[in-house]
Amino acid sequence: MTQVPLQTRDLVAGKPAVPGAPLLSVENIHVEFRLDFGTVKAVNGLTYHVNERETVAILGESGSGKSVSAQAVMGIIDSPPGFVTDGSVKFRGVELLTMAEKERRQVRGERIAMIFQDALTALNPVFTVGWQIGEMFREHHGSTKKEGLDAAVELMDRVKIPLARDRVNSYPHEFSGGMRQRVMIAMALALDPDVLIADEPTTALDVTVQAQIMQLLSDLQEETGMGLILITHDLGVVAEVADRVVVMYAGDSVEKGEISDVYHNPAHPYTMGLMDSMPRHDVQKDRLNPIKGSPPDLMAIPAGCAFNPRCPYAQDICRVEKPHLHELGEAGRVSACHFVEEVRDARNRSGSRL
Amino acid sequence: MGRYLTRRVLQFIPVFLGATLLIFIMVWIIPGDPIRALAGDRAMPESVRAALTEEYNLDKPAWQQYWLYISGVFQGDFGTDFRGRPVSELMGQRIPITARLAILAFGFEVIIGIAAGIVAGVRKGNYLDNLVLTSTLVVIAIPIFVLGFLAQLLLGVQFPIFPVAGIREGWFSYLLPALVLGSVSLAYIARLTRAALVENLRADYVRTATSKGLSRLRVVGVHTLRNSMIPVVTFLAIDLGALMGGAIITETIFNIPGIGRAVFEGVQRQEGTVVVGIVTFLVFIYLIANLVVDVLYAVLDPRIRYE
Ligand SMILES: Nc1ncnc2c1ncn2[C@@H]1O[C@H](COP(=O)(O)OP(=O)(O)OP(=O)(O)O)[C@@H](O)[C@H]1O
Ligand code: SF4
Ligand SMILES: [Mg+2]
Repeated sequence: MTQVPLQTRDLVAGKPAVPGAPLLSVENIHVEFRLDFGTVKAVNGLTYHVNERETVAILGESGSGKSVSAQAVMGIIDSPPGFVTDGSVKFRGVELLTMAEKERRQVRGERIAMIFQDALTALNPVFTVGWQIGEMFREHHGSTKKEGLDAAVELMDRVKIPLARDRVNSYPHEFSGGMRQRVMIAMALALDPDVLIADEPTTALDVTVQAQIMQLLSDLQEETGMGLILITHDLGVVAEVADRVVVMYAGDSVEKGEISDVYHNPAHPYTMGLMDSMPRHDVQKDRLNPIKGSPPDLMAIPAGCAFNPRCPYAQDICRVEKPHLHELGEAGRVSACHFVEEVRDARNRSGSRL
Repeated sequence: MGRYLTRRVLQFIPVFLGATLLIFIMVWIIPGDPIRALAGDRAMPESVRAALTEEYNLDKPAWQQYWLYISGVFQGDFGTDFRGRPVSELMGQRIPITARLAILAFGFEVIIGIAAGIVAGVRKGNYLDNLVLTSTLVVIAIPIFVLGFLAQLLLGVQFPIFPVAGIREGWFSYLLPALVLGSVSLAYIARLTRAALVENLRADYVRTATSKGLSRLRVVGVHTLRNSMIPVVTFLAIDLGALMGGAIITETIFNIPGIGRAVFEGVQRQEGTVVVGIVTFLVFIYLIANLVVDVLYAVLDPRIRYE
């Protein structure tokens, strides 16, 4: 892989990058789906950033808006019915949301790439994998068919698909689940993107393959220095590779921090609930405690703290006033709960299920 | 694939024999006496009657008649009609006329049908989509002979753009009948294309294509269309067979001497050789069309592999 000269890295679709700006920053983003029977508020103020060589995990239950927020970053939300109504997405300090579609396309795939949960449905069933990987080079760099295929073989080698040269003309359904996900990764890495968003890349795979794919992503990141966003509903899967974690509930972050801090010492009742509901190898548990109640109805998100109907610590104020993220002692650690201190004390006192 | 094709072609034989036998029986059990029908009101001399009966094997049991006929067919002999003209000659005259009509109708279906489907599908819910949905529904709902007469009246008589009937003006005289003949399938194709496109545009791989930074044109035109054409192509191939055989109403309205009319007249005169000959040809076309569908399936969708 040839190193791209810095100068081209300093331009984002023709616009100069802002020196010192985070690689990717998402600020106060709002996404809604305007459907016939109501408006689904899928993302409500999410804010986070990723730096080079950094891995950020986005954690949340199903329906918490993880995928939609990633699609907003990529600019691939189904519209209509989906609309980004507020907020900002900056890549190296350059605003993406106001960019013309033509320029946005130069960012998509080239600077920010994405891989999806189920590689079987995310790859086109009627084209060979080599054709699909090669398309990145043909469309973005004007390569010939032959050059595209050669580059595809090289990439397939790089993501450790055995016998890449023989398999480049196979179709997606001719690969195993793990190999298919490697094909997805190869395709996403084709143009050496600065940011890779992986939306639950291992959920469809069995446990050993999950670990292999995570390892691969982590190795590739080491190699390229890209920023990595790992979307997951299972912190255990990404605990080994992520640096920081953003915990999402009802389309907004409720807690952020270094992964080990959050993992060992959650500072939001929702995060605590998530930890207690999942199996952990470091803590002996007699049984798992799922969070009570069901995820919020995104057409009618509760007033105040969105988590209040399910929260064992909820007080009157929680039903009226939305808690803002406030900083805690540790570096970069924030939590959006009116009663952070009390809740943490209570958990520590009870000797907890930690 | 090669072995599959051989097997399929071999399967033609029993299907072909079965179908022709059925047609033969149906023609044979039509009540009435073909020779009497031929003679009309005049009295026919007994010697002529005997000669005709002998020549057309009408005195033999049905299975023997069938056997004699089918062994002739395999030698390229489709028999003669009651005027002594070889049926193959009649077919040679009539088939090109119907084929021209069917090919034009087919062209309309492919070009207009698919284009309308795409226009409707890419912007689901806008006015063009509604236009396509409503107009296709109207076409599907109206019986084809009403549609035919309406077109004839409007575009042949009121605004004489096209010839009212006949085929004296070459290809041009086929345009209107072909549009009528293809109209219903055209409407189905438009709807089928639209539905497939709408469905596939929501597919994960389309989102992947967009996230690769491809243009909308490429996302729709390459990544979505190829998958959406699978049901459409199936319909089209089968329809090509149906167009050849189903032209009888259109041919009657526009007075076009194709095979539809020939079959119709053959049935009226109880000319078994004519009816069986032409229908046998149509069965053959259907079989080929079906085979083409299966092959196209495998070409369009690599997940389908025939062993
Ligand atoms: N195209 C769409 N049209 C309408 N609603 C949508 C659409 N896409 C997503 N939503 C809604 O947005 C909400 C958030 O969905 P999202 O896919 O982001 O959840 P998620 O956190 O990724 O969940 P999961 O873990 O199941 O993938 C859901 O309630 C979903 O119904
Ligand atoms: S703000 Fe109130 S309801 Fe929300 S998490 Fe904290 S204690 Fe629970
Ligand atoms: Mg998701």
